[in-house]
Amino acid sequence: MQLNFSIYRYNPDIDDAPRMQEYSLEVEEGQDMMVLDALIALKESDPTLSFRRSCREGVCGSDGMNMNGKNGLACITPLSALGKGKIIVRPLPGLPVVRDLVVDMTQFYTQYEKIKPFLINDDNHPPSREFIQMPEERAKLDGLYECILCACCSSSCPSFWWNPDKFIGPAGLLHAYRFLIDSRDSATDERLNDLDDAFSVFRCHGIMNCVSVCPKGLNPTKAIGQIKSMLLQRAV
Amino acid sequence: MVTNQASMKRNGIQDWVSLRATALIIALYSFYIAFVFFTAPTLTYPIWQGIFASMFMKVFTFAALVSIMLHVRIGLWQVLTDYVKPAGLRAGIQYVLNLIAFAYVAVGLFVLWGV
Repeated sequence: MQLNFSIYRYNPDIDDAPRMQEYSLEVEEGQDMMVLDALIALKESDPTLSFRRSCREGVCGSDGMNMNGKNGLACITPLSALGKGKIIVRPLPGLPVVRDLVVDMTQFYTQYEKIKPFLINDDNHPPSREFIQMPEERAKLDGLYECILCACCSSSCPSFWWNPDKFIGPAGLLHAYRFLIDSRDSATDERLNDLDDAFSVFRCHGIMNCVSVCPKGLNPTKAIGQIKSMLLQRAV
Repeated sequence: MVTNQASMKRNGIQDWVSLRATALIIALYSFYIAFVFFTAPTLTYPIWQGIFASMFMKVFTFAALVSIMLHVRIGLWQVLTDYVKPAGLRAGIQYVLNLIAFAYVAVGLFVLWGV
């Protein structure tokens, strides 16, 4: 069985413009594999093909890319899920391309840094051993802490495409909410102050592309809605 | 986090609430007008004039027109800040569109005044 691929190629040192390159891969009839496995096989015949990968099991978030128009992790996306036709692989949209499927994620990380992704606790008496949480307080973090920062969500969000310097983006806001509702964090007001403008949170119009593409099945739109509610409750 | 200057001093929460509040009035007005259209056996000019002659309808229509203006003002600012990056061009387009939105309200007001 022959599988056909059309893969985005661009090497800024050599190419004037990006192009799509056709590849084909022979596999056993009925055999399925992950997109990453196919890319690794293709790279054996064309070593110039560049892409990021590390854990190859959906944990590290390195191989986020756009496959047949939808962002996802190549290592946990089976070819069978992409239909029978040609498989079109492009880099994550909206981010500058370093080479082929490798993108420059500086804008994404800059927004992530803004939300101060660490526990802040200014209480005078920190616990001697550990911060104790009730099970229900810990449960509030479920669906938030699992984010692996693969950027599939933020790079599928038009608001992030148009305002990557001002809008935090779904991944950053999911993390922001994770710290806002953490019972051990005492910087809720400062965090909300930092988000209280017309762009950082409110550029989200709830189109839910982020929810549709998240390879971990998380719901950034819901978290953003909660942040909006917190900002509103504070304002009235 | 983003300075007020960059956002033309727009307030995110206020805009978010205003968009929803005005959308509610616009939706209610649309449903009401649709209801009037579909329930009236015939719509002659005297009947139409009669509907708009009541103080309730005048206030409701004016509220809907003002809501559309506010909704347009916020919504188009959001669209323009997405798609038009040169600040001068954006300010110019915004100025013209806001004038048009105001013109709709003014015309609507004069029409209501004359009924």
